[in-house]
Amino acid sequence: MRVLYFAWLRQKVGTAEEEVAPPEDVRDVGGLIRWLAARSPAHAAAFADPRQVRAAVNQDFATPDHPVAANDEVAFFPPVTGG
Amino acid sequence: MARVLVQDAAFDTGAETAALTAGRTDVGGVATFLGVCRGDDGLAAMVLEHYPGMTERAIARIAAEAEARWPLTGCTVIHRVGRILPGEPIVLVLTASAHRAAALESCAFLIDWLKTKAPFWKREEFSGGAHRWVEARAEDEAAAARWAGA
Repeated sequence: MRVLYFAWLRQKVGTAEEEVAPPEDVRDVGGLIRWLAARSPAHAAAFADPRQVRAAVNQDFATPDHPVAANDEVAFFPPVTGG
Repeated sequence: MARVLVQDAAFDTGAETAALTAGRTDVGGVATFLGVCRGDDGLAAMVLEHYPGMTERAIARIAAEAEARWPLTGCTVIHRVGRILPGEPIVLVLTASAHRAAALESCAFLIDWLKTKAPFWKREEFSGGAHRWVEARAEDEAAAARWAGA
């Protein structure tokens, strides 16, 4: 699974992208967040306030209950501020 | 089919507007939204980051929705990324139609949507060297919400 981070999540995690292989019981975006947050103090800091984290699965916005699978591209980022 | 561009370079608003009317006589109006970088509170520059791939797809999808909701003869969305200085343009939305209401409404729809649903993030750099990520605004969410179900 390819995980991407943008804006301050990228700065807090310390990388823009990583390949991960979560266990089978990680089935959705919310579960992936909990699993990633336990990987390192930097991950924990990035995901400390879940209300400030948005996600996309395969480049479409996704809610915490959206399923994730091994070949997915999952991105995490703050609320968007374009325009 | 809308013209959608995400780019570092500045754009030419006049040339983009002319392209929507060139060679046709069915256009009655072109609405323009030009977003410009404001220099509030000693801002030195705005740095825009985006999600390459998702950004273009997401904008193309919402432009297609605008074209389905209003009878447009043309639509152009150009959003800059990278480092932008105060006074420089950031985003251009152009919508052309036979009549003004469709052009004006669809232009507002597109920029409201871009503010809340396109994967861009702004970071402000100040003259003293400080920087901060811009936070999403509730007013922008409310502006975008008025188009839902309309």
